[in-house]
Amino acid sequence: MIAHSIFFYIFSIIAIISAIMVTASKNTVHSVFFLILDFISISCLFIMIGAEFLGMIMLIVYVGAVAVLFLFVVMMLNVAQQKNQWFLSKSSSRHIPMGLIISAVIFFELMIVVGGWKYKPNLVNNLPELNNELSNTHLLGQVLYTDYIHIFQISGMILLIAMIGAIVLTYRQREGVKKQSYIKQISRERSEGVEVIEVASNKGVKIDD
Amino acid sequence: MTEIGLGHYLTLGAIIFSIGVIGIFLNRKNIIVILMSIELILLAVNINLVSFSIFLGDLSGQVFTLFILTVAAAEAAIGLAIIVVYYRNSGTIRVEEINKLKG
Repeated sequence: MIAHSIFFYIFSIIAIISAIMVTASKNTVHSVFFLILDFISISCLFIMIGAEFLGMIMLIVYVGAVAVLFLFVVMMLNVAQQKNQWFLSKSSSRHIPMGLIISAVIFFELMIVVGGWKYKPNLVNNLPELNNELSNTHLLGQVLYTDYIHIFQISGMILLIAMIGAIVLTYRQREGVKKQSYIKQISRERSEGVEVIEVASNKGVKIDD
Repeated sequence: MTEIGLGHYLTLGAIIFSIGVIGIFLNRKNIIVILMSIELILLAVNINLVSFSIFLGDLSGQVFTLFILTVAAAEAAIGLAIIVVYYRNSGTIRVEEINKLKG
């Protein structure tokens, strides 16, 4: 139990510090790296608490895909001249107290909810006991492919639509780049491709355009 | 202190949520950092769902977390695509200079 609490505090402190650094870092690339560190520590927490499948999925999806996507975009967009210059210009520091107040209010509301929240009596007893012999992944699979199969399919559709949308948004037809056009190749006919010419002797062929 | 309960995880989620909100409000320079703050907020929601799911012994929270992950990945892809297109058209992604919508 002691080890559990020690690891919880280590990972949560790392997560909080890296979350602060995500917002406060001057270099956007550093922010992305701190975001990756944040995801890694939170997924360690998930694995520690017993949700191994979600921790691993978090590592794969966030660290492997989303954060690298962020990194690519940051490096592609040449934001070197657009570093965060906080507190430098007068006009941009007006909203800082307002933002701090609003987030502090949100935090205290959440704390009030957490502190005042209690289990409904008998709630824990009424819940079905989880089968401890099966692993977390096994249990999730049992629920995911039976009860939640429609939502699962819809989430696949969401991913497909997001992929199509991203391609449509960023696709750009360039001028002057030669490309193979399959439809032109397939729809070509013999009559327009081949011509039989009677060649007179000693005259040769003159190709007119 | 040594007993880690549900409250600890919920507090962690609340702290990370608030940091994400601060990031959205304070950052006026770079719109990519705003997207990252949104990812932080979704992460805080995931922490809440997973900890409730574990401590109450119900698997639904973890299933919902899976779907939130899906939606977050889709949202990040679309948002970054929009940013790339905007940068290509206007040459900047500074929040102060993005005023095409006149909002």
